[in-house]
Amino acid sequence: MERVRLERKVLSENDRIAAELRARFQEHGILCLNLISSPGSGKTSLLERTLETLPRHDHVAVLTGDIQTENDANRLKRFHFPVKQITTGGTCHLDARMIERHLADWCLEDLDLLLIENVGNLVCPASYDLGEAAKVVVLSITEGEDKPLKYPSIFFKSDLLVLNKIDLLPYVPFDIDAAADNARKVHPGMEIVKVSCLTGNGLQEWMKWLERRRRAHKPLVQETAS
Amino acid sequence: MGIANSVLEAVRTEMGRHPGTYPCKVGVRIGEMAAIDQEALRFCFEAITLETDLGSLELGIEVCPRRHRCQVCGRNFVVRDYDSRCPQCESLETTCISGDELELAYLEVEEYGASTAGAKSTQ
Repeated sequence: MERVRLERKVLSENDRIAAELRARFQEHGILCLNLISSPGSGKTSLLERTLETLPRHDHVAVLTGDIQTENDANRLKRFHFPVKQITTGGTCHLDARMIERHLADWCLEDLDLLLIENVGNLVCPASYDLGEAAKVVVLSITEGEDKPLKYPSIFFKSDLLVLNKIDLLPYVPFDIDAAADNARKVHPGMEIVKVSCLTGNGLQEWMKWLERRRRAHKPLVQETAS
Repeated sequence: MGIANSVLEAVRTEMGRHPGTYPCKVGVRIGEMAAIDQEALRFCFEAITLETDLGSLELGIEVCPRRHRCQVCGRNFVVRDYDSRCPQCESLETTCISGDELELAYLEVEEYGASTAGAKSTQ
């Protein structure tokens, strides 16, 4: 019997493609965000609100993942930004190869911001790097404030927590401070914004965060380009 | 299932480097923050190796705890119950240094004919 040391990542092939994507995004000055949540937390609604707020001439594109249907892409196409649906046909997460394939006929020079909506799932998407600059996790207040403790990985790996559906706070027994505390237990110092995609409440905080990340991303690119 | 498939692909790739042998056991290292359920991984792994030439391949899982390093006193410690406070100086200025591993650690291979248990055994 011989024991061979392997010492490499299980998802090294995915990570290799993700690293290539990240380098391409960097080269073209694109901020790429990977939005993750359970099904029904409001990722598509957050994207709708975002696209409707951004100026028409902005260089934004969206990739949206689901197991079946083009429903989300159809919802998002009415804002006249490039949108592509990725239907995984059963796979519960997006992987880097899917992103690479769906970007193939887009001209990356024309983009500044790429928003990826992952398949609704709080578990597996945490393991698959898509080449994004940051993960954003969306948690709706109907889901229970202990989700960060039950699904720590995604909260640990995300830069921002978007607490959505705060318009329902008067009607559901959800302790929003406990939710924030739980998220920061898993991820000390985690940034949190509280929004309602229905009423628009708090969305300016999300847009400010997005703008800050876009600005922070830009100079880096210009420095490396010069 | 995707993870189990990736482990198996890695085993097949590695086996190309060890002619005349068959794989007995593959070891993976999983951090407690890696969002991988051990039982689900075992189940998927068994499902995709069953009745294949890798039917006898064993999966070894080593779970790695979340470890932090204190920025103030430099101590490394295991984080339990999400309490990331330094046990030595009580500082909250600590950073995560491990716990999200999803790595292939080792592969055990045996030469054909070296043992009575052949590669086709399903035990």
